[in-house]
Amino acid sequence: MNRRKLIKVLPWITTPGLLVVLFVVWELSVKALNVSPLVLPPPSKVFENLGDLLGKASTWQNVQVTVIEIAIGFSVGVAAGVVVGVLLGKLPLLEASVRPLIIALEVIPKVALIPLFVIWFGFGMTTKVIIAALLAFFPVMLNVLLGVRSVERGHRDVMQSINASRWQTFTHLEVKSMMPHVFAGMETAIVLAVIGTIVGEYLGGNEGLGYMVVRTLNELNAPALFAVILMLASVGLAMYFIVTSFKRVAIPWHESVYGRKAEG
Amino acid sequence: MQATKTPVLEAVNISKSYGEKQVLADVSFSAGEGEFVCIVGPSGTGKTTLLRTLSALGTANSGEVRVNGMAITRPPAEVSVVFQDYSRSLMPWMRVGKNIELPLRRYKLSPAERTTRVTEALRDVGLEHAKDLYPWEMSGGMQQRVAIARSLAYRPQVLIMDEPFASVDAQTRADLEDLMLDIRARLGVTIVLVTHDIEEAVYLGDKVIVLSGRPASVSATVDVPLGRTRDQISTKSRPDYLELRAKIHAMIMQSPSSVSG
Repeated sequence: MNRRKLIKVLPWITTPGLLVVLFVVWELSVKALNVSPLVLPPPSKVFENLGDLLGKASTWQNVQVTVIEIAIGFSVGVAAGVVVGVLLGKLPLLEASVRPLIIALEVIPKVALIPLFVIWFGFGMTTKVIIAALLAFFPVMLNVLLGVRSVERGHRDVMQSINASRWQTFTHLEVKSMMPHVFAGMETAIVLAVIGTIVGEYLGGNEGLGYMVVRTLNELNAPALFAVILMLASVGLAMYFIVTSFKRVAIPWHESVYGRKAEG
Repeated sequence: MQATKTPVLEAVNISKSYGEKQVLADVSFSAGEGEFVCIVGPSGTGKTTLLRTLSALGTANSGEVRVNGMAITRPPAEVSVVFQDYSRSLMPWMRVGKNIELPLRRYKLSPAERTTRVTEALRDVGLEHAKDLYPWEMSGGMQQRVAIARSLAYRPQVLIMDEPFASVDAQTRADLEDLMLDIRARLGVTIVLVTHDIEEAVYLGDKVIVLSGRPASVSATVDVPLGRTRDQISTKSRPDYLELRAKIHAMIMQSPSSVSG
């Protein structure tokens, strides 16, 4: 096997291997050092709890709630981010007049606003969707704003030299060259949307995986808590994977996609 | 009647300033049908500015550009531009075929006609099998061939080229130069090529326009009586070729602009 192939295959072998090693060391050290299962339960206990939880319909109900909140919040945030980003990118005067406000909004720790949203929108899904959307909005908007402005001058010349209309230039050039920026924003946005949703669930409501974390914590059920955290991690990974897969299909021509292929 | 024939492309007293800084002063020249005209001058003489004016991508402060005797204000359908940097001119999200089709959107062509034109243009540059590749899957020389094909599919009367071979290696460059001579011979298109390379200008041109000074003006128009069939080795070793090359080199060296480069 040549080196390039090896680099491509290696993570698929080492990652499961490292996880197994981690779990074995964890299991053995907990046993050997006699750590209280309240502090650090052995992985065998965690997986036992995970199995139990996955067998319950209520767990899947909670997974569904969290996934829906993330999906809607993310979609709304991305859509709004693209629209506002394009507008601000296209209208420099508007951008200049609202820039201080945007920067202020951007640096506010938005999770600090969650209690307010709870007061305004209650303990239901709406609050979590709004938080996820708000967190997803900024990275997309800022990336798109940059993307609209960084259309290659040479490409503009080409469109101009063939007498393209403004609409043709927009659809054939600006939208296309903006796409990598949209996806760069989306990759950050999906991570933030997951965080926003979970923190929202911590603070209010009685459904979702975040709520399950709080409940198992209150029960001081450490193995179950670890199990829920594992589920949350899986949801986050799955969401990120969906976004990056979508990117591979949508912009196969971009170096962030084909570059990886060439290198692997 | 030959002598009074209207030139295909004509620059008449073009002057251009950016603010206080004048770049072009009274530049005039003309290119007849099927003629290969090379504009040569050192870097920073305003060659690109001239080219942008010729293709109506930029406007002059005074003077005009005429295509078939008519003054132009917008990029005309008779003129097509091959830009210097293919990586900034081919759309990376379009496969080669789509890139070549892009300028054809200007016309209402049937899908069959479009396909024909793309196929023909690819054949003209020797890339019959590259239609479904992305530009970044190709070498630099191949990408510039695609850019040339895109201009040809448009079926222009005039091809304007801005240092088109500046970013490819020497061998590819020689191949592309011969490709352009071949295209001119087969398609009868008028070519105006801007370059800083005197050797290239003399090898390709029927006529070399020497641009020099600050602001730049035409310091000489040199006819190149080397015939239309040229060869990288035999033409470049002909005494009259070497003499012309030295003569133009001397003209550019003498001009004050070469001091500041």
